[in-house]
Amino acid sequence: MVIAEKIISGDIRAVARLIRDIDDTVPEAREVLKDLYPYTGKAYVVGITGAPGVGKSTLVDQMIAHLRKAKKTVGVLAVDPTSPFSGGAILGDRVRMQRHSMDEGVFIRSMATRGYFGGLTQSTRSAIDVLDAMGKDYIIVETVGVGQDEIDIVRSAHTTIITLVPGMGDDIQALKAGILEVGDIFVINKADREGADRTINDIRLMIEMDEKRYKDGWKPPILTAQAVFDKGVKEILGEIENHRKHLLSSKQMQSIFKYEKARNDLVEMIKDRIVSDVLADIIHSREFEEALQLIMERKIDPYTACDNIVLKKIKKGNK
Amino acid sequence: MNQKRKIRILVAKPGLDGHDRGSRIIARAYRDAGFEVVYTGLHQTPEEVVQAAIQEDVDMIGLSSLAGAHMYLFPRVLELLKENGADDIVVCGGGIFPEEDIPKLKKIGIKEIFTPGTPLGEVVNWVEENVKPRS
Ligand code: B12
Ligand SMILES: Nc1nc2c(ncn2[C@@H]2O[C@H](COP(=O)(O)OP(=O)(O)OP(=O)(O)O)[C@@H](O)[C@H]2O)c(=O)[nH]1
Ligand SMILES: [Mg+2]
Repeated sequence: MVIAEKIISGDIRAVARLIRDIDDTVPEAREVLKDLYPYTGKAYVVGITGAPGVGKSTLVDQMIAHLRKAKKTVGVLAVDPTSPFSGGAILGDRVRMQRHSMDEGVFIRSMATRGYFGGLTQSTRSAIDVLDAMGKDYIIVETVGVGQDEIDIVRSAHTTIITLVPGMGDDIQALKAGILEVGDIFVINKADREGADRTINDIRLMIEMDEKRYKDGWKPPILTAQAVFDKGVKEILGEIENHRKHLLSSKQMQSIFKYEKARNDLVEMIKDRIVSDVLADIIHSREFEEALQLIMERKIDPYTACDNIVLKKIKKGNK
Repeated sequence: MNQKRKIRILVAKPGLDGHDRGSRIIARAYRDAGFEVVYTGLHQTPEEVVQAAIQEDVDMIGLSSLAGAHMYLFPRVLELLKENGADDIVVCGGGIFPEEDIPKLKKIGIKEIFTPGTPLGEVVNWVEENVKPRS
């Protein structure tokens, strides 16, 4: 309970170290997370995603400044990709937000994906809980890139912002399947550049083609911004507030959100656990080695071998 | 669960020094060696460097200086780490230094100094030998 108490009282070193332990999958960190859980659920989580270089970090930096002016505390988790070749990473989002590093009401943490897909890291969900428990009012998560499946943030954030830049015409077509469907707010950043109007129209069309989006009554607004010049940022925060009110507008909305989040958190957690524990267990078993041998000698096919191993494991687990 | 510690490093440019080529090259070399490198950009005060290092929970800080203010900036970083109970973080430096400053910097606790022309392999090996990820 000692570490948990430090976190709740806002001890920065303790928070930083716990997030490290979560990232490094230190088993003890789970115990702390259990202690912290009762203190979570108060922060408002905003996800911000978009292709590399569209200005996400700059936008986050300005959002922090506005939220601080409104006396809100802010936690930031900024995700950058791990190099698949070396396993290392350069985490550069912080460069744009460094001016807030001396502000005690702001905690910024850079994280590397470490081979995890979906735009987040395996540890992001838990890191959100830590910042939540430490008492941050807002938690902003900047996620890496945007691809077809990189939409995990949607499940962890109350409001998801998709950032685009002018002149992405054809790219928007390509993005449609993955990302456009999950944005609660669209921001065309770098509107100082030519073509913002066209991009707005393109996105409006895409959204309007997708009628089922409006079932819950929220029509995603499309805003323009010039993050470097702090233009349009206030409006973005205004829409975040509107979306928050929308989520809180009815008991039904609230319970849908809670259900979806609980479900996804638990599914992901079970998945991680199965991969890290059960899979490791299997790979290190004699049975697994024997199966490999048999496959190599072509005495068994891998499908049957897989069935044998998995079914046995499940049955054992059921007892 | 399989625990995997990874070395985390902060590469920082304190002071008004605008020479960032070297620090970028070093950051890339560290990444290619499998470390996680947090980059803070130019014009950092020692206070900002230390706060970033704490929030990011790094094992090492690499300070880059080519503009000659190292005799003020480097000791200040060490001092602030101590004040914050974070002097377990290893600090090394790189850039351009008058010969006579190097022993002085090492004496106060800068673990190593790298000058122009040091092979990148050496810079990386030094980390592997001298920086242990926190247990
Ligand atoms: C390129 C350069 C510039 C470029 C910088 C571009 C940039 N974005 O980096 C420009 C033209 C902008 C510039 C400007 C100035 N410069 Co100039 N510049 C140089 C020059 C020629 C090369 C520096 C360089 O990039 N080297 C290549 C990189 C890869 O090497 P490096 O930075 O040394 O890094 C290596 C090592 O030092 C070490 N290392 C460096 N950092 C770190 C960090 C860690 C953690 C580690 C482990 C290792 C490490 O590893 C690196 C790889 O081997 C040097 C002279 C020289 N020969 O060094 C002068 C030099 C650094 N500049 C100098 C000066 C005076 C200036 C100006 C003040 C000139 C002026 N009057 O306007 C301005 C100031 C700019 C500012 N705001 O700070 C002086 C500094 C003198 C001093 N120390 O007292 C130098 C030494 C020239 C000289 N002999 O007078 N400069
Ligand atoms: N012209 C213009 N440039 C901008 C604007 N906003 C950000 N930029 C610049 O765009 C570049 C990238 O900005 P970042 O904030 O780092 O972008 P990012 O999306 O976080 O980038 P990654 O994290 O690398 O994917 C920087 O040079 C910014 O200064 C804008 O409104 N207009
Ligand atoms: Mg960024």
